[in-house]
Amino acid sequence: MVRCFLIHTVCPVGALSAGETRVLYSRVFGPDEALLSERHRERSPEERRLLQKEKILVVARKVLSAISLSREASGRLLIEHAPGEEALVSQDADSGVVRLRSGHPFSEEMSALWLGVQSLGFSLVCEPHENLLLAEGTLRNLTRHCLEELHMLGQGSEVLLKSSRIDVLLSRLLPHGQLLFLNHRFAQSLEKEVAAYMAK
Amino acid sequence: MYSHGSESLIKQAREIQEPELQKFYSRLCKLLQVKELSHEAVDSLGRLHLILAANKYTRMLPSELEQRLVSLLSSPAEQFQVLSSAVLRETLPLSGQELNYSPENACLLNSHYASLLLSQAGTRADLSSLCAQLIRSLESRPCEGLTHTLPVLNTILSHSPECLTEDHMTLLSKKLVDWLRYASIIQGGGAASSGGFFTVSRSRQPVPTAELDGTVSGDFFTVLCVGQGFTEDQWMNVYSFSMLRHWLLTYHSVSSGNAATDTDDRSEVDGSVVSIVSATSSSSRLLPPKERLREKAFQYCQRLIEQCDRKAHKKMDTELQRACLVEAVCVLDCVCVEDPSLVYRAFPCIKALFGRLNSELSFARILLPIAQFYLNHGELAAVDCDSVWKLVFGRFPAELFNDPFLAHELLRFLRLNLESVQLRAPQYTRFFPNLLKFLAWDSPAVVDDFVDLLPSLVTAGTAVELLHTLLDLPCLSATLVLQLRSTCLPISEPGGRGLLSLDAFRNPSYRGLFLFLLRAEAGSGDTIERLGRLHKLLAEAADWPRVVRCAQTVPVLLHIYFNSVVAVADEKLLAHLILVMLERSSLLLNIPTYSKEIHRVFSCHLLRLCKLHPSLVVDQSHELLEIAGTTANVYSKEEIYTHVVWVLGEYLSASSDSRCSVRLITSCFEALEAVLFEITSSAPPPGAVCPAPKVITSLMSALAKLASRSHDLIPRVSLFLSKLRTVTRGGSVVWCSDEEDLAAIVTRGEELWSLLKAPGVAQSALTPPPHVTTARWHRDTNVAMPLQLRLLTSLTHSR
Repeated sequence: MVRCFLIHTVCPVGALSAGETRVLYSRVFGPDEALLSERHRERSPEERRLLQKEKILVVARKVLSAISLSREASGRLLIEHAPGEEALVSQDADSGVVRLRSGHPFSEEMSALWLGVQSLGFSLVCEPHENLLLAEGTLRNLTRHCLEELHMLGQGSEVLLKSSRIDVLLSRLLPHGQLLFLNHRFAQSLEKEVAAYMAK
Repeated sequence: MYSHGSESLIKQAREIQEPELQKFYSRLCKLLQVKELSHEAVDSLGRLHLILAANKYTRMLPSELEQRLVSLLSSPAEQFQVLSSAVLRETLPLSGQELNYSPENACLLNSHYASLLLSQAGTRADLSSLCAQLIRSLESRPCEGLTHTLPVLNTILSHSPECLTEDHMTLLSKKLVDWLRYASIIQGGGAASSGGFFTVSRSRQPVPTAELDGTVSGDFFTVLCVGQGFTEDQWMNVYSFSMLRHWLLTYHSVSSGNAATDTDDRSEVDGSVVSIVSATSSSSRLLPPKERLREKAFQYCQRLIEQCDRKAHKKMDTELQRACLVEAVCVLDCVCVEDPSLVYRAFPCIKALFGRLNSELSFARILLPIAQFYLNHGELAAVDCDSVWKLVFGRFPAELFNDPFLAHELLRFLRLNLESVQLRAPQYTRFFPNLLKFLAWDSPAVVDDFVDLLPSLVTAGTAVELLHTLLDLPCLSATLVLQLRSTCLPISEPGGRGLLSLDAFRNPSYRGLFLFLLRAEAGSGDTIERLGRLHKLLAEAADWPRVVRCAQTVPVLLHIYFNSVVAVADEKLLAHLILVMLERSSLLLNIPTYSKEIHRVFSCHLLRLCKLHPSLVVDQSHELLEIAGTTANVYSKEEIYTHVVWVLGEYLSASSDSRCSVRLITSCFEALEAVLFEITSSAPPPGAVCPAPKVITSLMSALAKLASRSHDLIPRVSLFLSKLRTVTRGGSVVWCSDEEDLAAIVTRGEELWSLLKAPGVAQSALTPPPHVTTARWHRDTNVAMPLQLRLLTSLTHSR
């Protein structure tokens, strides 16, 4: 299962110090793991929500660090892509995976797969024993859709105001964090549904 | 992509003031009262979501607004389901009552409503009741749009597997079998009426599904079958397979006690009959649900593996075939772990797959689960696994070190199966030069894995070579970069900046150097003779980011290395390692601060090793004296020099090792004395700084210690110390720039001088007998100083 999906900045942001990132979209699947752990069960719902937000931020920061180091090491120049090149961008993007030790921040060990698309990072946190080949393909597909549906290669802020579109996308391609084995026909069928929603 | 506009939006959302917010709430409430919800309502809901999500701290919504949102959860328009669910997820959990949620509303539970219930579940009981409700809804004729049921159940399983009762598990096992094995093989409702391409043919001829290469499907439906449209049960086939492995891992693990109760329930099927039956696939109808699911899962995976041999028309499908191969092998591994009798049926298939894929590096990620299968079941099937390990440890790291996903998966495989690999493929430790290539290429990503794996790679046989390899990891890093560049770039770059190191890499006379670094296995030599030459050739790599990051991880790994090596090394090996440390301290790639960091690690562990085995000092006295007797070392490797001097002073004595003669002590004394004279009589050489006070005081202390063991040396030390006092009275000196430092040095000199005036005391203070250094104060009644003091104190106070 996928534990969460995030979109966050990987470029320097004015108000933040280096190493800090702005989370633009986050979606945690399933019940709060703090609920079921001995240590955190006593906390109030507010505290649990705060804890969850902090965990997301920890993941985002680790991914930011991984992307920055990877880009520095590869020396690849960042090319600005124009709207219309979403498929190319998601195929070409820097990619990698970060190991999240148990406790840092989730109670179990997880793998955070990431794609670095210009100034944004797209991450998928997978539970152990997850099929990472499938997860990688799903992440690229999701990224391409997000770039297209929310016009992210432009200057707009739709990712913030129209995040429900990502919710719908996730509900079809990654329902409740379940990775799906979709051949092109099944995928087409789901994408038609998504497109129909977006058209409204 | 991320603009100033977005940043200011977030700021606004965070800083919105309470009155403005309340106005917004009431406006939104009004908008939601209307029957036909407007565009403005949708936009406002989006804004509300941003306001709530942008803040770490929860905001309270007015109850009227909350109620409206709750009612939207069951709205027929998905748009409002999504928005209300997203908004409510950002607020505090609502009670069941507030949510108008009762278990009877089975069919009304859409996917977005379910995700809200999941994220706001307050207790395990909440999850259990949701679980029960969903399973009930599966039992009855499935309503449209219940495909999300399996994912919701699967996510509950991840967190709380005990939410499912025995009955639930039985029911779900039966359903999974139906969907996986008996889904329709006719193309779905869309086929006959999709319009579009199809000419208006009124014939309702059922069209069978097709394989990915276009041929008609000849067997049961799987995720690799296509059609113009799909039936409900074909969709469930996809969802079932997607969760199959997780289901098997959760409920079919060998340690779970369910196996016994299952056979109790099906009393007509004897325990032994079960295993015979599973060996032949025909009469599986007799099996209990759990075993039946296992059998069907087996068949499904075998079919998938066959289907993956076909050439798919679309790239997406080719990628899916690869993912399916990985999944199929993993599921087969799962079921074989649960029922080892299946291994005989599975192995031929896996072996054939290995044969098909092992020559292509692009299939590497599929070969890892196959290796896992061999590891788990190879012994049972009495199969020779050597070729598998040669591939995984011998080829993959050497040729795919720059694939981050392969690196992650291979290292994780090693980590999770370490005990098993040590048992069944112990030769993996010889492949450390290969495995370290992952680290040399992308240290930040995999250093964590190596922190876990390195201890197991430290063996007595390879310890020395491993130490050299770790020290030259930055060189390996540079070499890997050159190797890749060499294959990518043309032989001569017209007008490009030629890299000296690249030329060196391509130069036949240096081939041997680079080939040694790039070797796959240990055993062909500890290191190369022309190491200095290699460092010079790679000098320009010292500021390449990959090399710099790699150099930063080496000190940490060295600490782990030394901590592990003391457990496996005998004294002879430790002596050899000390020599390597001393030798390599001046033979390192010239990266800023690299030498210093390594020296610090060396110093720390030199101390530890000598403390553990004091006789090492006498053993290696020749080499240690060489270092200590060379004045240049004071300036070029101060840290190491200081520690070498200290161990000589501390452990060069007859009590550490009986071989320590007076002559040895004297020659050591003379060497140290000469250096001390030199550095305290002249300025440092041009370009070097004054030696730190610690160096000088260490030398003085060492001399004093040595003199206390051979008393005729005492006058020489005392003479020097009194001369030192005289000289420094004159004011500043050229060899020490700081007044306070000088004062400290002089003070220490005076202490030692007074101590040496009474040779007997000096000896017991500077060379204490073992029972003093290994104090047993609390145990030894004669020497229990604190007890005595306490006794005396209480006696004096009782007066």
